Amino acid sequence: MTTDRALILLLSGCLAVLVLSTAAAYILRLKVAAGPQSDVVGNLIARINAWWVMVGLLGAAVLIGKPGVIVLFAVISFLALREFITLTNTRRADHWVLVVTFFVLTPIQYGLIWAGQYGIFTILIPVYGFLFLPILAALRSDTTNFFERIAKVQWGLMICVYCISYVPALLTLKIENYEGRDVLLAAFLITVVQLSDVLQYVWGKLIGRHLIVPSLSPSKTWEGFVGGVATASLIGTSLWWITPYEPWQAGLIALLITVMGFLGGLVMSAIKRDQGVKDWGHAISGHGGILDRLDSIIFSAPIFFHVTRFWWTT
Amino acid sequence: MPASLAVPRTQMGFVGWATEAAIITAASLVTGLRVRWSGCAPELKTRIYYANHRSHADLPLIWAALPRDIRRTTRPVAGSDYWDKTAARRFIARSVFNCVLIDRNPKTRTADPHALMEAVLSTGMSLILFPEGTRNMTDAPLLPFKSGIFHLALARPDVQLVPVWIDNLNRVLPKGEFIPVPLLCEVRMGSPLGLLPNEEKPDFLVRIRESLLALANAQARQP
Repeated sequence: MTTDRALILLLSGCLAVLVLSTAAAYILRLKVAAGPQSDVVGNLIARINAWWVMVGLLGAAVLIGKPGVIVLFAVISFLALREFITLTNTRRADHWVLVVTFFVLTPIQYGLIWAGQYGIFTILIPVYGFLFLPILAALRSDTTNFFERIAKVQWGLMICVYCISYVPALLTLKIENYEGRDVLLAAFLITVVQLSDVLQYVWGKLIGRHLIVPSLSPSKTWEGFVGGVATASLIGTSLWWITPYEPWQAGLIALLITVMGFLGGLVMSAIKRDQGVKDWGHAISGHGGILDRLDSIIFSAPIFFHVTRFWWTT
Repeated sequence: MPASLAVPRTQMGFVGWATEAAIITAASLVTGLRVRWSGCAPELKTRIYYANHRSHADLPLIWAALPRDIRRTTRPVAGSDYWDKTAARRFIARSVFNCVLIDRNPKTRTADPHALMEAVLSTGMSLILFPEGTRNMTDAPLLPFKSGIFHLALARPDVQLVPVWIDNLNRVLPKGEFIPVPLLCEVRMGSPLGLLPNEEKPDFLVRIRESLLALANAQARQP
């Protein structure tokens, strides 16, 4: 099967799910009318409507191919970084650090991925950014909360730029008998991890009882976690035909990335709790900010990339 | 004041209109601007919107936060020493923001600032005022207020005073920097206030300042 055909099949599947869930949500709205559950259904409809936009954007990007995916994720990194840095306590003396973070390191990171420079794009931020940003900050000689300020900017950069850039970086992998199809790897990662988020939400709403970390999140339950991860891993297994893996391998990798995605959600929730906010931002109606939607991708993409690179590339 | 009594501004011309559109779009894009009318609705009433002032971008951001019909019946109060300095600033102050320019120096001024502002209010239009009198460059969230706003409230008890807190913009473009960094900003409109019976000037200034500070501390970015 050609790459384009596989993508169109995958997208058709997503659209079918969207049509069904939109219909189900509107029927649900008629049923609950103005009852006590109407807020939940209202939020559900907002979430589904946002999914139409997100699937549209992602679909267009993967169909365009490498330029589409790189530009889309560069923009996403930029918006995510804006949400992250907004919640930190940077001061006037950090202005040049922030200018370099937004306008130098972020574009260069994506430029290196475009150029396929594995040896540099994996170390630009953790080595060069790590060492030079604090130098830049120290030169402004404002020591108030220095350690905290610089650490938070670096964390934001790692999360929002470095980790997110691993999605387009999948397109640089050279896998035998999989040439020119790497965009399907990105599609696999995003589909499985995001479906896992959605299914955890659905399972949790349907039968969720026991909270996993009550102090962290009122919505993450054992039932939601097990149900969501299991069904998403099964769907991942059934998508083996778009990957370079055997079906059992696809299932294991789907399990790995959905568990990582769940744990990423926990970490990002802990940060939100610490900062006293409920959502990272308000960019995606019904979901919150970009980072609220992407926390699972952030924690799974780098692992997915390196596992695949280690065992499957030539 | 009924909307019909508000005199809309004079024609702003195509260049003024295009400049306004560009400024509003840029301000909204860079800051992901979110506007919250938590204390009142955006209505065509004669009001004094009074805001904190930390950045040259404060005025563009408030402008972007106001709906179009309110923009057309609202005039920001700004210092002529800054806005009359170059031709570009004069153009933006007059043809884009429709500013009421006042001379902050009592020795050189030819017109009484209070009279100018009252004249605007008497046509039914609203004002945007930065009662700190200057940009706040300190670490304090808000400087003490100048007394001008008290005299306006005394002369026009029918005009609503609406506190407007501009959140986070000072981090987008701190003093002395010229490249803005994109950070999320919020503009919050609080509940309208007025002068209480027998209220003295210092009490009034403290009270309306506290109301603005309360907006600052209203949990930011909570949905």
